[in-house]
Amino acid sequence: MAVVQTESAKRESVPAGDAPRPRRRRISLTHWWFTGPATVLFVAFFAYPLLASIYQSFTADQDGVTVWVGLRQYRRLVQDPVLLQSLVNTAMLLVIQVPVMIGLALVLAGVLNASWLRFRGGWRMVYFLPAVTTLVAYSVVFRVLLKTDGGMVNQMLDGIGIGGVDWLNDATWARISLILSITWRWTGYNAVILLAGLQAIGREQYEAASIDGAGAVTTFVRVIVPQLKPVILFCSITSTIGTLQLFDENYVLTRGGPDNATMTPVLYLYKVGFDQMDFGYAAAIAWVVVLLIGLVSLVQFRLLGKGAR
Amino acid sequence: MNPRILGRAGAYLVLLAGAVISLVPFYWMAVAATHHTADLFGSPPPFMPGGALMDNLSRLQNEHRFGRVVVNSLGVALVYTVLSSLISAMCGYGLAKYSFRGRGILLGVVLATMMIPMQVLLVPLFQMMANLGWTDTYQAVILPFLANAFGIFLMRQAFLAFPDELIESARIDGASDMRIFYQVVLPGVRPQLGALIIFTFMSQWNSFIWPLLMLNTEEKFTVPIALNQMIGLSHVDYSGLMLGSFVATLPIMIVFFVFQRQFVAGLLGGAVKG
Repeated sequence: MAVVQTESAKRESVPAGDAPRPRRRRISLTHWWFTGPATVLFVAFFAYPLLASIYQSFTADQDGVTVWVGLRQYRRLVQDPVLLQSLVNTAMLLVIQVPVMIGLALVLAGVLNASWLRFRGGWRMVYFLPAVTTLVAYSVVFRVLLKTDGGMVNQMLDGIGIGGVDWLNDATWARISLILSITWRWTGYNAVILLAGLQAIGREQYEAASIDGAGAVTTFVRVIVPQLKPVILFCSITSTIGTLQLFDENYVLTRGGPDNATMTPVLYLYKVGFDQMDFGYAAAIAWVVVLLIGLVSLVQFRLLGKGAR
Repeated sequence: MNPRILGRAGAYLVLLAGAVISLVPFYWMAVAATHHTADLFGSPPPFMPGGALMDNLSRLQNEHRFGRVVVNSLGVALVYTVLSSLISAMCGYGLAKYSFRGRGILLGVVLATMMIPMQVLLVPLFQMMANLGWTDTYQAVILPFLANAFGIFLMRQAFLAFPDELIESARIDGASDMRIFYQVVLPGVRPQLGALIIFTFMSQWNSFIWPLLMLNTEEKFTVPIALNQMIGLSHVDYSGLMLGSFVATLPIMIVFFVFQRQFVAGLLGGAVKG
């Protein structure tokens, strides 16, 4: 996005016309025809609920009356084992799933960018396909594929002599199922983004490196990947944000179970808010998610962003 | 053997394996939709399409009124797409081509809504809808997310690149601001508008958590909500579920195959140049 923004900065100050002052004033009201509807919607459905949510996180419901409780909801957060578990689960996804997926996507993008590859468009389409499926539909399909009795995956495992696995009801395997399904959906998506980045780098560098006697893999790792850093950063940040907001997949696949093994903060806030109707606490959890997203994005930016330019 | 050829063969093999993994769930979904549930988990599981498609379809229709659900989903997605794309395009145009007080603030709000996860808004929005008495209505599903920050930003970038001279000359010819927008400017950003429309349609068609909170009556369910309800039943109709998932995926797949270029552009946003 930064690339596009520099272009915009140049034009930013150019007014709509060279009209003299009084006429420009008249024109300056016409913009409301265009920006008015969105502004009203933002105030009503973004600014207001945002402020309400901050206020709400300092309140609790006592016998049907909302009362101010100061930091009590935030103090609850610290001692909540389920929230802690959901954060541990998320951390595990961030440490295992995201790097594995970005790594796989990088390999795929590298191969898809090879000059000798045929049917590049076809391959790209096939790899992108999982990203366009309806979240709920694909979670449903994975739930059926991973069914313990007679699910396709277990049948195949049986077929090659390894016993079946209780995919969705065992804590460890449920986590692995979640990792598998997220990786299935998003690897190709990231590969296509990385491929677009690779194509912007150009072929000359491969040729220069191969004249110097470097192999294809060495060239890719030493010469190409460092230049791809901004795009890798973009993929890591969007994947991290997606992981921190995870809801649909684990809600449909496991409902956060077994024993909260696949619980995530957003699913937890959904349960607290809408199953237990504990709105104040749900709001406090929501702000933890916001804070985490901000923090992790910042850290990634610092770590990967260094030397990116 | 030549190591280069060996390397290429290896690379193709990796690609092929990945492609199979990508496609198998789709294939299995289509196959499962044409078999009876009883046969799905047999040994070996079916690998070829069966003859139970019509049975599954009529059961899906009779027990879950799935036709109605699909119409609901299409209706909500279409209304949302038209209104949201229009509002986003207009706001993007206002931000790009008019200078006015508060423009910086509005742009800041647009960027902020992209950073702040919508989950923060869930509880207050839910209460708001309850207070308005809008729970279980489509306006509650559609209205809160109509002003789409990503879309506004996408369109603003598109309009910034649109030449001011064309707008000026149309103005000199006496065209009104609205007319200039619809007849001069919008046709000029057709590719980005296409990407916006596809992206908007898809996000509403796939939307899950908010409609799940808002819609309670089965007759009003959208496809994801109906699928979610089916999987929660004590006796799960797996082949019906697979057929339903197939139906849920089909429109997006068709849009994807027809508009692949805009589709990728829309999803990637301004992430990568070129």
